[in-house]
Amino acid sequence: MRAQVLLVILGMAVVTYLPRALPMTVLSRMKLPEAFRRWLGFVPVAVLAALLGPALLLPSGGWQPVRENLPLLASLPAFWVAGKTRDLLGTVLTGLATMALLVALRRLGVG
Amino acid sequence: MTAARQSFYSGIRLALPIVLGYLAIGMAFGVLARTSGLSVGEVAAMSILVYAGSSQFIGTSMLAAGAAPGAIVATTFLVNLRHLLMSAALAPSVSALPPRRQAVLAFWLTDETFVAATTELEGRPASGAFLAGLFWTSHVAWVLATVGGAWLGGRLAWLSHWGLDFALPAMFIALLVMQLNERRHVAVAILAALLSVLGAVYLPANYNVLAATVLAAAAGAAWPARTEGAS
Repeated sequence: MRAQVLLVILGMAVVTYLPRALPMTVLSRMKLPEAFRRWLGFVPVAVLAALLGPALLLPSGGWQPVRENLPLLASLPAFWVAGKTRDLLGTVLTGLATMALLVALRRLGVG
Repeated sequence: MTAARQSFYSGIRLALPIVLGYLAIGMAFGVLARTSGLSVGEVAAMSILVYAGSSQFIGTSMLAAGAAPGAIVATTFLVNLRHLLMSAALAPSVSALPPRRQAVLAFWLTDETFVAATTELEGRPASGAFLAGLFWTSHVAWVLATVGGAWLGGRLAWLSHWGLDFALPAMFIALLVMQLNERRHVAVAILAALLSVLGAVYLPANYNVLAATVLAAAAGAAWPARTEGAS
């Protein structure tokens, strides 16, 4: 194992652990300002959307025509299933199956 | 069977859908990490010590791109800031547990285990055994899947040609939709996605996620709820 990679992994471990542990052990004993708590309430939605936006609209780092943007196309049935069922596994499997189908269609020269 | 053991088993049962999701995403990560130049041991160390899907994907791609260690750690931190809220939201359910136990259990808080735990508990107190069953099962699945993917490496590379790495965005889609409980959430999500896309074009690597999150959540918080205006 390379020393520098191990160092990066240890650093990543520390900064991953702290946000998981600090509020649970420390902030829960404090009274947070109302405005801060309202802001915190929107963070999960905002961060998931902020991760998804570029993943779906700029796959492999740049804009692609919609017909060639397989992640964006595969996200449509995944969104539909997620909205209908709110089921984690069903959504993931739908997304993966759609993705595989799109790749297959493209290889056959259809898509 | 003791109550603690029953709680432990119910935690394991709750983890089963997460296990299947982690197997797919973990395999994808293992293959990707291997083809990005990480060794099987490095993949194992990362999955055991870091245990965070999106952080590991981003960290691995930055390592492969030769980014500075400080930049990789800083980006990981930004990506993980969302766990602050999840940790705070779970606090009432673990307030009866000893602080040291809380600090240990917090290590296993992920997007998926958080959603599973809060959906199951609905604010009720959690037993340490229940959380241990849920958390350990999920972590074991993650380590086995990522190390398995890394070990099989090139032999599984064909899977990524079939879009296996789409498992991560697909999981984000499910988690996002589960949280869209009112119209303001939808508006904040659309705003965050658009700001993040703009940021990805105009800001240095990965700061777009933090900037978009801070701004879009602030817009949501500043937008008064209808009931507040009426009262």
